[in-house]
Amino acid sequence: MWKFILRRFLVMIPQLFLLSIIVFMMAKAMPGDALSGQEINPRANPAELERIREDLGLNDPWYQQYIRWASNAVQGDFGISYTHKTPVMDVIEDRLWNTVFLALVTLIFTYMLAIPLGILSGRYNDTWVDKTVTGYSYIGFGTPIFIFALIMLFVFGFALDWFPSGGSVDSKVDEGTFAYVVSKINHLILPALSTALIATTSTIQYLRNEIIDNKIKDFVRTARSKGVPESNVYSRHILRNSFLPIAAFLGYEITGLIGGAVIIETIFSYPGLGQLFLSSVSLRDFSVVTAIVMMTGFATLLGTLLSDIILSAVDPRIRIE
Amino acid sequence: MEMKVESGKIIQTKDVSPSGMKIIWQEIKKDKLAMGSLIILVAILVFVYGASFFMDAKEIAKVDFLSIYMEPSSDYWLGTDYGGRDVFGQLIIGTRNSFTISLFITLFTAIIGLSLGLLAGYFGGATDNVIMRVIDFVIALPQLMFIVVVVTIVPVFNVYVFILIMTMFLWTGKARLIRSKALSERELDYIHASQTLGTPHWKIILFQLLPNVSSLIIVNFILNLAGNIGLESSLTFLGFGLPESTPSLGTLISYARNPDVLENKWWIWVPASLMILVLMLSINFVGQALKRAADARQRRG
Repeated sequence: MWKFILRRFLVMIPQLFLLSIIVFMMAKAMPGDALSGQEINPRANPAELERIREDLGLNDPWYQQYIRWASNAVQGDFGISYTHKTPVMDVIEDRLWNTVFLALVTLIFTYMLAIPLGILSGRYNDTWVDKTVTGYSYIGFGTPIFIFALIMLFVFGFALDWFPSGGSVDSKVDEGTFAYVVSKINHLILPALSTALIATTSTIQYLRNEIIDNKIKDFVRTARSKGVPESNVYSRHILRNSFLPIAAFLGYEITGLIGGAVIIETIFSYPGLGQLFLSSVSLRDFSVVTAIVMMTGFATLLGTLLSDIILSAVDPRIRIE
Repeated sequence: MEMKVESGKIIQTKDVSPSGMKIIWQEIKKDKLAMGSLIILVAILVFVYGASFFMDAKEIAKVDFLSIYMEPSSDYWLGTDYGGRDVFGQLIIGTRNSFTISLFITLFTAIIGLSLGLLAGYFGGATDNVIMRVIDFVIALPQLMFIVVVVTIVPVFNVYVFILIMTMFLWTGKARLIRSKALSERELDYIHASQTLGTPHWKIILFQLLPNVSSLIIVNFILNLAGNIGLESSLTFLGFGLPESTPSLGTLISYARNPDVLENKWWIWVPASLMILVLMLSINFVGQALKRAADARQRRG
């Protein structure tokens, strides 16, 4: 087990290296350089600008620049934001927490919906309950999230006016008060629910198939013939085995949420990383873009690592390969 | 010897198993939802491609400030947008563009995914290892963000470049799927027999392995087509998809990012949203029926 985890960690090092090279190349291909973020006398003559460039090492060969960039990035220094005139990490920090909260609430909603529905559908398969749940998950599978989110925003944000239609907190409440927390949660519900209702699909399908597969296995028949009550057959025998792969997909689920944040945050004008990413791309604030791409890339690599480790912990056969 | 062959033939002609296409057709006929979806899909496509043939794309793209944000009327069946352009015309052109472009993306990803998947699965060993490490890496990237960044930094951006960029990031899932199927297939007797007889690898891959993974390819192709329509329109919705000169369904929906349009001018974004939903769902339902047809255990009839 430990050997597998160690090996899996070692695989991640070249991946991380490759990711940073690609992100660095992309940053180089973007117009502008580190100078664009700083306050420089606009009338500075070209010769002086050239001197500053030389001092900053922007004329060095690319691998030297890469090493400097990478060692700064490891310490959390991604340079200066062009639009905000502050260090990139300061711009990102608040947004990062908003995105993390949103992802967390979405994850809770997703499992709160998917697990009971998956169990119902698997336990009573081929009944009308199962058909309804399967129908819902087919529709969820075929619906793009941005259209569903727009419809949710239109119905609950505007037409019914049950939820706020944008932002992450009401501007009138003070930080630290109870009203602040309530307002924050109130702003989270609609985007989180919109994502969750679509994201349940894969978990429901997986859980349903697992339960149906496990139902006819020998250990379940043994349990029944020993006289274990039906509810215990499910809770102790079938469900425990069916949950293993679901637990393993947790990492991939988180990865998907981080990627999906771009769309959902734009629609609900929720000030998170995804929205900051898009607005920075539009404003050509490339030091922020680079930092966000690098961080989400790192987060998704971690997510897959987490999933692989859980998967190998619950299913020893994977470790052999 | 001869007798045995003879009798074997007789049994075969009596009890011939239905061909692949026949099974698929029977399965769709049995599944009312899939049949309905197929009819709707064909009807929409015939209408859209037929109508766009008679439409003047330039005329539709022309800005007319005298008719801004008009509600649906007999002149403009679905009203007009902020530039006074006919929404119905844009819907037709947009559907055509979205579908055609998604079709090409799916086609190219299928070609790359198929070739690399078959190679990795058939040869295994070092080839498999190299290809799989690349796939693992590309799959783990936050694709949407990378596509947005690449779209922003390419010097020339048009429809062809967009298809290329999308293909670059989307071939991996397919390659992995084909590879795992090819990996199990190559251990079967018919492949071993051919190898013992000295059939060249390329012949085995093209004429024996490929036909045996074809049902998987078709199902995956159709499900991916639906997914790509969604992805293309999402990107265009965000403003990083098709260029303005080629309106897609996402272009119409992107007007709804303006809260005023979203709240008060439903005729601009609702038809395009419904069009995407209908297209994606009907393609998916057909795909799911095919998936059942390809998997003998799940067949309904």
